Amino acid sequence: MQSFITFIQQFINGLSLGSVYALMALGYTMVYGIAKMLNFAHGDIIMVGAYTVSVVCSVLGMSPAVAVAASVVVCTVLGVTIEKIAYKPLRSASPLAVLITAIGVSYFLQSVALLIFGSNAKKVQSVVSLSSIKIANIDLSGVALLIIGVTVLIMICLSLFINCTKVGKAMLAVSEDKGAAELMGINVNATISLTFAIGSALAAVAGVLFVSSYGYVDPYTGALPGIKAFVAAVLGGIGSIPGAMLGGIILGIIESLSKAYISTDLADAIVFGVLIVVLLVKPTGMLGKKKITKV
Amino acid sequence: MKNKKNILYAVIAVVIFAALFALVNLGVLSRQYQGLLVPIGVNVMLAVSLNLIVGFLGELSLGHAGFMSVGAYAGCLFTVHANLPVFVELPLAFIIGGAAAAVFGLIIGIPALRLKGDYLAIVTLGFGEIIRSVFNSLDILGGSGGLKGIDKSSNYIMAYVLAVITILVIANLINSRHGRAIKAIRDNVIAAESVGVNVVYYKILAFVLSAFFAGVAGVLYGHNLAILKPATFDFNKSIEILVMVVLGGMGNIPGSIIAAVILTVLPEAMRSLADYRMLFYAIALIVMMLFSSNPTLVAFRQRVFKKKAKEVK
Repeated sequence: MQSFITFIQQFINGLSLGSVYALMALGYTMVYGIAKMLNFAHGDIIMVGAYTVSVVCSVLGMSPAVAVAASVVVCTVLGVTIEKIAYKPLRSASPLAVLITAIGVSYFLQSVALLIFGSNAKKVQSVVSLSSIKIANIDLSGVALLIIGVTVLIMICLSLFINCTKVGKAMLAVSEDKGAAELMGINVNATISLTFAIGSALAAVAGVLFVSSYGYVDPYTGALPGIKAFVAAVLGGIGSIPGAMLGGIILGIIESLSKAYISTDLADAIVFGVLIVVLLVKPTGMLGKKKITKV
Repeated sequence: MKNKKNILYAVIAVVIFAALFALVNLGVLSRQYQGLLVPIGVNVMLAVSLNLIVGFLGELSLGHAGFMSVGAYAGCLFTVHANLPVFVELPLAFIIGGAAAAVFGLIIGIPALRLKGDYLAIVTLGFGEIIRSVFNSLDILGGSGGLKGIDKSSNYIMAYVLAVITILVIANLINSRHGRAIKAIRDNVIAAESVGVNVVYYKILAFVLSAFFAGVAGVLYGHNLAILKPATFDFNKSIEILVMVVLGGMGNIPGSIIAAVILTVLPEAMRSLADYRMLFYAIALIVMMLFSSNPTLVAFRQRVFKKKAKEVK
């Protein structure tokens, strides 16, 4: 019985971690779908979001709600700015050049954060304080449940937005065929900027949730979760929004269970091992579409 | 013509060596800078070997530090446990380290056949992280505390010779029939395949060779530092090597060498600005890419430097 309870607890932890990954993976997958590039700096936008919360809450002494709103605004502006300065000039360049630029941007954000805040981890007070809930002898952390709830809500809203609004459909059209979309009167540049804005706003929310459950932030907070979120996006099939959600949650559960039952040190290795196996068996990921290259 | 060039390169290599030898033995170089000679050799080897994958094969590898660490651990474990005389032990260690890394290069080269671009980059990154966390958790390798007790038996002559061998092998490969095949794959895989280039073979060849030299560089690194810690072979190390390749120019071997030398000496010379090193790397990556790939900036650059006729693409 005890082992079953631990398993359920680890499973819920994994679900909550996976929800955060899924939120980040959405940003990767939307940008990849539309701009056909891997936005390596996405993870570091999460870090910026987390620092914003910490500054607004602890230094300026504002309420948590204001902090979350500020974090979303800062990240959105940052995401769009990065797109305008670093990625837009390279839209016709080779994928290699864009990828290296994105790595550069990621490094840039990290080193700026390092210069401003120092390398020591900063404690962040949790934006929400919830006591844990007891259901049938199983202690469930309140924050974990909140994270899962918020993620589900955001995903429903996002799906509705993309499938039912004009702007959302424009995003789908641009990801399908940029040239044709432009001919149909869609403003491609604005759509790409909007995608970066939404992705970064989601990253801000993910950042807030991430620090709420971990309680600290340092300049490298976003780097590894960011890479794992990309792994989640690839796992689910990059460019596919349901795929990102599915991939994120699966990855979170795998990581949480392997931390609990195999080894903390090897958890990361297992996550990346899963990625390599999936890519070898099905290079387009679980829900990805296969693309045929024509000469 | 080609012979003349080779003789010229040999003369340059000897002259540089003589200059180095004189600088060290006449005591012109301070101890601090003498200590940099082996790291320079290590970084030159890493940058030149990574350039083979990034610059010539046209795939991004973010796991070069992983290859380096496999080689370093294999070679250093050998010297720690085999008590042979140094002049037998060390060459063997280089070969063992290189071979171990080459095996991993082969393992990574196989997914490289199915994947390309961003996917491959992330697989190489994942590979680097897997290696690091496995080394971290293995007690025979010293765990996160590191592998200790390695003889500090490397010196700058060895580093120089190894770096020259690396450059020679890769430069000659690039200028040969095989090198042209590799560059053809970079420019257009489908076209290369249809003129009969064996894409599978050459992709794996590039990965194996690149990993081999990274492994040898790792062994040299280990025998210079006398301790190996898994944490030093993280993603940042891979990026550092990538910055050398990008700054020197992708697909340009002399560029990689110069960038590797500068990026090893510069942080040492500007200790007071150490905090800004990462920032400099980041800006260098972004600016280099904008200048080399943005159509407007490329046109501007060509106007300024009057190199219109020599368009690369």
